[in-house]
Order: sequence, then structure tokens, then C-alpha cells
Amino acid sequence: MSLEEIGYSVFLGLLFLYCVLAAGKAVDPVFAFHATIGAIASAAGIFLIVRSFIDRDGRVEPEEVNGKPNYNLGPIKFASIAAMFWGLAGFSVGIWIALELAYPVLNLGLPWTTFGRLRPLHTSAVIFAFGGNVLLATSFYVVQRTSRARMPGLVTPWFVILGYNVFIVIAGTGYLLGVTQSKEYAEPEWYADLWLTVVWVAYLLVFLATLWKRKEPHIYVANWFYLAFIVTIAMLHLVNNAAVPVSFFGSKSYVVWSGVQDAMVQWWYGHNAVGFFLTAGFLAIMYYFVPKRANRPVYSYRLSIIHFWALIFLYIWAGPHHLHYTALPEWASTLGMVFSVMLWMPSWGGMINGLMTLSGAWDKLRTDPVLRLLVVSVAFYGMSTFEGPLMSVKSVNSLSHYTDWTIGHVHSGALGWVGYVSFGALYCLVPWIYGKRDVYSLKLVDWHFWISTLGIVLYITSMWVSGIMQGLMWRAYTNLGFLQYSFVETVEAMHPYYVIRALGGILFLTGAVIMAVNLYLTIRHGEAEKTAADVALAPAE
Amino acid sequence: MDFSYEQVATFAQQSGLVYFVVIFSAICVYALWPKNKTKFDHAAQIPLEED
Repeated sequence: MSLEEIGYSVFLGLLFLYCVLAAGKAVDPVFAFHATIGAIASAAGIFLIVRSFIDRDGRVEPEEVNGKPNYNLGPIKFASIAAMFWGLAGFSVGIWIALELAYPVLNLGLPWTTFGRLRPLHTSAVIFAFGGNVLLATSFYVVQRTSRARMPGLVTPWFVILGYNVFIVIAGTGYLLGVTQSKEYAEPEWYADLWLTVVWVAYLLVFLATLWKRKEPHIYVANWFYLAFIVTIAMLHLVNNAAVPVSFFGSKSYVVWSGVQDAMVQWWYGHNAVGFFLTAGFLAIMYYFVPKRANRPVYSYRLSIIHFWALIFLYIWAGPHHLHYTALPEWASTLGMVFSVMLWMPSWGGMINGLMTLSGAWDKLRTDPVLRLLVVSVAFYGMSTFEGPLMSVKSVNSLSHYTDWTIGHVHSGALGWVGYVSFGALYCLVPWIYGKRDVYSLKLVDWHFWISTLGIVLYITSMWVSGIMQGLMWRAYTNLGFLQYSFVETVEAMHPYYVIRALGGILFLTGAVIMAVNLYLTIRHGEAEKTAADVALAPAE
Repeated sequence: MDFSYEQVATFAQQSGLVYFVVIFSAICVYALWPKNKTKFDHAAQIPLEED
């Protein structure tokens, strides 16, 4: 056994013993349940390490085959399929809670299915489970290809992918069972956070070690964005989740920050989860997959460098715009607003760079629906990064904050930008890693594109109308100075828009189901890619 | 020696401003330096080169 295999076996063995002990001594049933999951996962990990050790029979995968790098694709395949699975799950939960808002009876009167528990399940499933697996899959692919080197490690890449998905399972089941530290987008409790930290450090090491081995002297810009995403998420995660558990055998913990400092740390985390998880990571996808699919180099490599640094410098300061008109000091609030407005520049610089990559190849949009998904995602990126700074301006925020306008804004970014760029990337990636010529059916991609786009339009427009209406109703006064509407009247007025929003979500999910079928058919029945050997053997015509 | 909140805040804000302006200008110079053009033109081709 290699040192790496022994090390992981010992680590997982110790973790298994702790989990068994914790399950026995647990002070609350959810912790016992999660410790059991941990014990099963650790034991399964050791089993997989031993089995692959026996299977490989002393052989080590070669660094190169026929003079070409022998890329490690197994973990990428797993993460791609996991992304599709979690995407379908997350979109479905989203529709369910959208319908709960329109028809509260769907809460079912059960604690596990209330909006408050299903909402973090939805957000974490789409952002961290779907988006996270897309980022893991694409980053491992892109860093290997652009470095022209196999990523190192027998166990570590698998540990990252499987460990991350175990984190997802622990987080998601915890929400349903009522375990949460009540920080938006950082709900998992201390033990899940610690586990994610271990996985994330391994992720960073695999990524850096691949860059270290690179044959290509220059580090391609997509890797810079991936690296910024990995490093910054680590920093945000550690600071925001600093907490003291009540017991090492219980799920409850208390966050070390308090009061307005806690609120500021939370939104420093929250907005940079948007900036570095949902933006930097997916911009990395844009910088690799758009040029690759369009078969043209990025419009301006110089702009990409300035885009990168400007985005990194500005995003980290934008968080306070989530706390306008609160106990936060006025200057901090103004700072957040000013930096948010300045973000227009790198955001639109990046959008222009992505879109103009198509210059001279615009005709491909007509014939290639995958490229269309990628390009429309960049257009949505431009739209939602225009809307975001607008909403961060205090006077606009006084109308938009706490209303559905925010939800609409988030979803134009999440469905239009993150969703579409992920779909486009998966439609490219799955055929590549399975050695297929292209996706099984471009016609189905076309259907996916139009159905989902219709869904997004319904979603965003209904939330604009409902959000602005809600904001205006809240601030409407009678001529005697009384509030014109009671809260429940605003809720009643929003009902039709909630139904339209749910319909939009159903269309979006329908598109994703078509995609899942298409990717399944690609893997099972896709036309195999012609290898160099086949081409060489083809008879001359 | 005690510092007041205002003193610390002013120092942080002004030195932060200078730091970011200087480092960002340096990045712009690096990105736009004519000599680096060939390097960046090559870098832009990295995803498209088959291996």
C-alpha cells in the first residue's frame, strides 16, 4: 500500500471509532443519526481504499499514455452525475416550497416539511450540492487539461468528491430534522463544518499539486478563478462558522460572534458566497467552456486579467449592502453600497469578454444549442449583475429589501447565470469524459433551452411585479397617516404571482429532466469519439 | 500608547485606499504592457490546443 492509502485508511479508521463512540454517547437523536452516517461512510471509505488496492494489484496509473497526459476522469464522472442528481432534487424542493407559499396546506402540518426546514434544503441543494459538484467536476477537468498533467493522488481526488457529497447528505438531512445554526447559506452545524474544512483542504491541495505539475508554463485564467474560489470559500467558511459546540457529542453549538458583528460577518460570508462560489467559480467555467465550445480564444486575455483582479478586490467589500437601515454603522453600509456599484465594471468587463469571444462565430448560436446555453448564461450574468448594484443603492434597497424582488434577482442569477453555465458545461463535459462525439441529441438540448428559458422569464417577471408591489404596499399611507394595507393584504395580493413563479419553476425542472435523460442516453448510447488511431486507419477517399 | 477608534479607522481607510490603488495600477500595467502581448496571445490558445 502507498503511504497515501495507509494514511487515509488510518484517518478514516480513527474517524470511524469516533463516530461509533459519538453515536453511543450522543446527547440528541440527530447527532446519533449523523454519527451513524459518519461511521458508515468512514467504513465504506476504508472498504473502497482496500478494494481498489487489491484491484490495482501493485500497478500505478501511468502519468502519460502514448505521449499524452493520462487524465484522471473517474472522480469527474462521479461529480458530474452527482451534480445532475442533486440538481433535480434541489429544483424539485424549490417547486415544492414555491407551492407551499401559494398553498400553505402543502406544509402538511408536519415539522419536517415546513417551509422553514425545506427552504435551506432547497438553497443548499442547488448552490452547494448541484453547483458545488459542477465546480468540483469542471475544476478537476480544467486544471488537468490546461496544465496538461494528471492530477496527483490515488485516494485524494476521490476523497474530495465523495467527502463533499457526504457533507451534503449530513447537511441536508440535518435541515429536515431541525438541526441548523440559523446562518443563511451556512446552516450546517459545527461537526459538518469541520468535515467540510477537511475536505476543502484536500481539494485545495489536489488543485495546487496539479498546477505544480503543469507542463504548460502559463497558468490559464480559468485556474486563477478556480483558485480564488477555493481559497476564499475556505476563509469565509472558517470565519463565519467559528462556533463553540455545547458538547462534543451533541449537534448544538453557539457562534462566537454576537450582535451586529455577527450580522456583518454573516453577510460578509453570504455575499462572498455569491461572489466567489456562484461568480468566480462559474466564471472559471465561462473562461474555459465558452472558448472551447465556440472554438475561438477568449476575446481579450488582457481584459480577463483585469477582470479577475478587479472582481477579487471589489467583491469582498460588498457584503454590508445586505444590512442597510439596520444597527450596522452608516459608513459600513455606504461602503458596501459604493463597492457594489463599482462591481458593475468588472462584472460587465467579464460579460463583454465572454460574449465577444463569439465575435466572428455568432452563426453558431443558431446551430448549437449548447453554445446558446453558455452565451445566454453570460447575458443573464450581465443582467443580474446590473440589477444587483442597483438594488444595493440605499434608496432602491428601501423599496426592494425583504420583498420578492430580492428573490427574483437571486433567481435571475441562479437559474439564468449559474444554472445555464452549468448546463452548458455539463453538456460539453459529459461527452468528453465518456469519450463520446457529442451529446446524444442536440434537439433535446434545444427543447431544454426553450422550456427552461420560458420558466426563467415567468419566474423573474412574476417576482419583479410581486416584489415591487409588496414594497409599495408596505409603504403606502392613507391621507390620515395610517398604513393603508395590513400585512395579510399584501400576502393575499401576491398569491397569483406565487402561482406563476411555481409554474416557472416547473418549466425549469422539466428542462432539467430532459437534460438528465439526454445525458443518460449520451453515456449509454452516445456515438463514440473517433480516436486518432481510427482516423489514421480510415481508407483514403 | 492608546489609539482612538477614529485614528485606527482613518489609518485603515487611507492606507487601504493607497494600497489598493497602487496594486491595482500595477496589475493594469502588467496586463497592458506591450511586451506581454505575445505571452497572453499564447495563453489564450491554451484551451484550444489539443493534447
